[in-house]
Amino acid sequence: MTLTKPTRRGALGLLGAAAAAAALTLGAPAQAQVDFSGRTVEWIIPFGTGGGSDTWARFNAPFLSRHLPGNPTVVVVNEPGGGSTRGTNLFAARAQPDGLTILGTSGSTQFPYLLGDPRVRYEYQDWSVVMVGPTGGVAYVSPSTGVESIDDIAKLQGQRLVYASQGATSLDLVPMLAFRLLGLEVNYVFGFGGRGDGRLAFERGEVNIDYQTSSAFIRNVMPLVDEGKAVPLMSWGVLDEDGNPQRDPTFPDLPILEEVYEMVHGEAPSGPMYDAYKAFNTAGFAAQKMVVLPEGASDELVATYRQAWRDVFADPEYQATVEAALGSYEQVTDRAADALFRAGTNIDPDVRAMVVEMLASEYNVRLGD
Amino acid sequence: MLDVFISALTNILTFQHIGYMMIGVLVGLMIGIFPGLGGIAGLSLMIPFLYGMDTTSALAMLIGLVAVIPTSDTFASVLMGIPGSSASQATVLDGFPMAKRGEAARALSAAFFASLVGGLIGAVVLTGFVLVARPVILAFSSAELFMLSVFGLSMVGVLAGKSLVKGVAACALGLIIGSVGGAPATGEFRMVYGVDYLYDGIPLVIIGLGLFAVPEIVDLLRRDRSISEHATLGAGWFAGIRDVVRNWWLTLRCSGIGALIGAVPGLGGTVVDWIAYGHAVQSVKKDPKFGQGDVRGVIAPESANNAKEGGGLLPTLLFGIPGGGAMAVFLGGMVLLGIQPGPSMVGSNLDLTYTIVWSLALANVLGAGLCIALAIPISKLTLIPFKLLAPFMIAVICFAAFQATRTLDDLIVLLATGVLGVYMRRFGWPRPALLIGFVLATQAETYLYQAVQFYGWEFLTRTGVMIIIGVTAGSIWLGLRARVSEASPAEVLAQEARDSGIGPAANFRARAPQIMFAAVALGFFAVGIHDALKQSFLGQVFPLIMSVAGAGFTALVLAFLVFGKPNHAVAADTEHEAEGSAIPLRSTLGALAWVASLVAITAVTGFVIALVVFFVAFLRLRAGASWLMTLILTAGCAGFVLTLGSALNMRFPGGVLQDLYRLPWPFS
Repeated sequence: MTLTKPTRRGALGLLGAAAAAAALTLGAPAQAQVDFSGRTVEWIIPFGTGGGSDTWARFNAPFLSRHLPGNPTVVVVNEPGGGSTRGTNLFAARAQPDGLTILGTSGSTQFPYLLGDPRVRYEYQDWSVVMVGPTGGVAYVSPSTGVESIDDIAKLQGQRLVYASQGATSLDLVPMLAFRLLGLEVNYVFGFGGRGDGRLAFERGEVNIDYQTSSAFIRNVMPLVDEGKAVPLMSWGVLDEDGNPQRDPTFPDLPILEEVYEMVHGEAPSGPMYDAYKAFNTAGFAAQKMVVLPEGASDELVATYRQAWRDVFADPEYQATVEAALGSYEQVTDRAADALFRAGTNIDPDVRAMVVEMLASEYNVRLGD
Repeated sequence: MLDVFISALTNILTFQHIGYMMIGVLVGLMIGIFPGLGGIAGLSLMIPFLYGMDTTSALAMLIGLVAVIPTSDTFASVLMGIPGSSASQATVLDGFPMAKRGEAARALSAAFFASLVGGLIGAVVLTGFVLVARPVILAFSSAELFMLSVFGLSMVGVLAGKSLVKGVAACALGLIIGSVGGAPATGEFRMVYGVDYLYDGIPLVIIGLGLFAVPEIVDLLRRDRSISEHATLGAGWFAGIRDVVRNWWLTLRCSGIGALIGAVPGLGGTVVDWIAYGHAVQSVKKDPKFGQGDVRGVIAPESANNAKEGGGLLPTLLFGIPGGGAMAVFLGGMVLLGIQPGPSMVGSNLDLTYTIVWSLALANVLGAGLCIALAIPISKLTLIPFKLLAPFMIAVICFAAFQATRTLDDLIVLLATGVLGVYMRRFGWPRPALLIGFVLATQAETYLYQAVQFYGWEFLTRTGVMIIIGVTAGSIWLGLRARVSEASPAEVLAQEARDSGIGPAANFRARAPQIMFAAVALGFFAVGIHDALKQSFLGQVFPLIMSVAGAGFTALVLAFLVFGKPNHAVAADTEHEAEGSAIPLRSTLGALAWVASLVAITAVTGFVIALVVFFVAFLRLRAGASWLMTLILTAGCAGFVLTLGSALNMRFPGGVLQDLYRLPWPFS
């Protein structure tokens, strides 16, 4: 594969796409307006069609088009492969900071970056975040464990729990770290295609502990809870603007891991394992979906995009449809997005080393080759 | 219950609903005719319109789109031997020989009519099945799914052709190629050698195109005539419909198989057509000519693959788990429309479920009807001299291949599997066996590992597993009986008597190319063993066993080739047969070089420029076309590809040029 850095700006002169970039840089001081009239914005989604990220982008795209200056056509370009590293590498190597190429990432894009996967050739800190779409998750167990509510958490200790996992480096890393913090002995069976398959295994009685993202939980697990076939334990919580974990407003009655940890251990969680949980929880849920502009994007361009997202969030049609399409989490921009971006794309090197070590020794995950 | 039916029916039978469905069918037909483009491309075309439409109309459009794709992809399978999608790979086996015989119209109309019937029967089966589907689907645990994969693999017995030993070796080859990429149990990467492309495994569409389409193109280029041996289209489409009616019982069975297997999530729709095809081979007693253009080999997979879409709806609607690629698209569309799949689809939303199931059936009728009407005019393609058609077909398979990941790597791997396919075809290694192994590799490994984790080895004693074991055993027995028999004993004896005294030395001379090919296969298994030994226990156990088994069977093939008597079932080389025919053939390598040239130029200039250069070069140098003709054909193809590319916001694979300079679309 030949991926080059976007350094050959000299060759751009004759090109249509570059004209906008040139106009932007030359006219920046005098002309405060970015105008995308008649242009096409490519929104790179490093996942295939029909998945969560694709649906998310396709829901947002028409609103973004409506509120960007000049109403450009916003098209979603799917570049799947390598667990989203391929499309993201492509974006990092090729995208020009002219506002005509943007990237939508997901937890599966953040995780390999945080873990130091050798396939990652992108650097989040080069990019400017313009929007973050959070989500949440809920862990639940089968009543066959004898647990009737979170107060029975002690009953889970020492039991053989089985969890259907998509892989140790997927979003399942978050529940893995959470269960570890709580001292649960969980047997992970890998090779599941998605959380939906995991839920099926739960319904079959093959596994007795599971988690689902919020919308899937409400849709598919709540009916089981009502039938007495599943017991919700805790949610992953959300972060406030200062980065502190809070109860998830979608599930105000469910404690978050931090509370459960205190119930179990009698003290607030701390230490490298908890730091790891926090970093990956943020990257995987609170800051799951991000929209970023490529390296070198001007402040003006970033401001234009943020304004567009503010306008999208205020759009009555958006407000009327967002919950049905994306669930009840508010997409954010500006300061809140910055905070989530920082928390979701940074990890202490020692914490990273500890997680990589743990993945290697316990789950045979080798990120080095 | 009755009110639910009535409510669903009144939803469907409105002018508006059928109108929107027709739009979906038309878009799906246009997209589906093109190999490699499926529901996913269709959905991205439709999304801008879908969004903001009212739910019923949008749903109708979506269903129309999804329903027609497994029907329309049959055009490429039958007319050109290009598997249009994974759903119609088995159709190639008999459909394309029929087209070569000049019976393209008959094959197509039989396929479409079978599709139509399959879709309808699928809907009938599902109407009842919806109500009990939840517990039934839940009864299929990893243990049953593993056994179902084994059942799929047992079809190799039927599809092995002349030599079972070769069939098993080819299947093992497929299993090893299928295990490239992340190991299901541990996530460690096998046989990737630092190549990014291999981390995800090799896409199925590329294996299908490489194994089936490239060898046919090469063969036709060597023969240098039109696809059809006859100058006119012999049997018309009435014959095809009559074929289906005459084989109504087979159609019915295969539709049932399709609907039920489609409903099991996890097995994927990819093997349904092979299972149906295998079933036809096993059960047809009267004068079977499978592989040489038996219309029943077209009817079986086509009736099953449309019924499968209906079956695939069940896990999609009830559990939110898409049963296959097309259903993933459908699910994405549903979510955009605000319809949430889940248990409510058999509860308060039951009427919606029936609306969807029956709409699918109706869309099948509309789509198949349209395709039947188009069968005769489109069949005329097979009468065109192949040297004029060839550049289009080479462009089409490359275009289809790079839909997989949109990179040059797709084309390189296509070329590599193409070479493999050409030699497998020449030396009588059964390509379907490799494909089945490839398709089921991940499933078999994943489900076996999960079953052992969940149940221990006692999983073999589960009722469901025992039932499937019984079915598999029966299928193997039937398969071995139904397999194309080797030369009858009397003939063999006569042959042996005639050729007695011929030993290994003579065998070496006569069979050197085949022996070399088998040795290369053996080398590949050795690489597989070497790589497996580097992995952890759970990562290595499956590929190691398969590599060792494959190496064993290949060694057996080699031994037979070297020491075996002449006319042994293992020996096959189409070149020997070709030498006997009157018309001299052009060289294989020459034909392959043309395919390779398009890939090579793409590596330098990117696909669009490469396409133009390739067309001009091929038409002038190889086909000897006039400049005017060259200009018209080149412009036609380029224009078409660009129109399609722009409608789908598609980026074409780039080469060195694109790495050095930033070019505007479509050169970027």
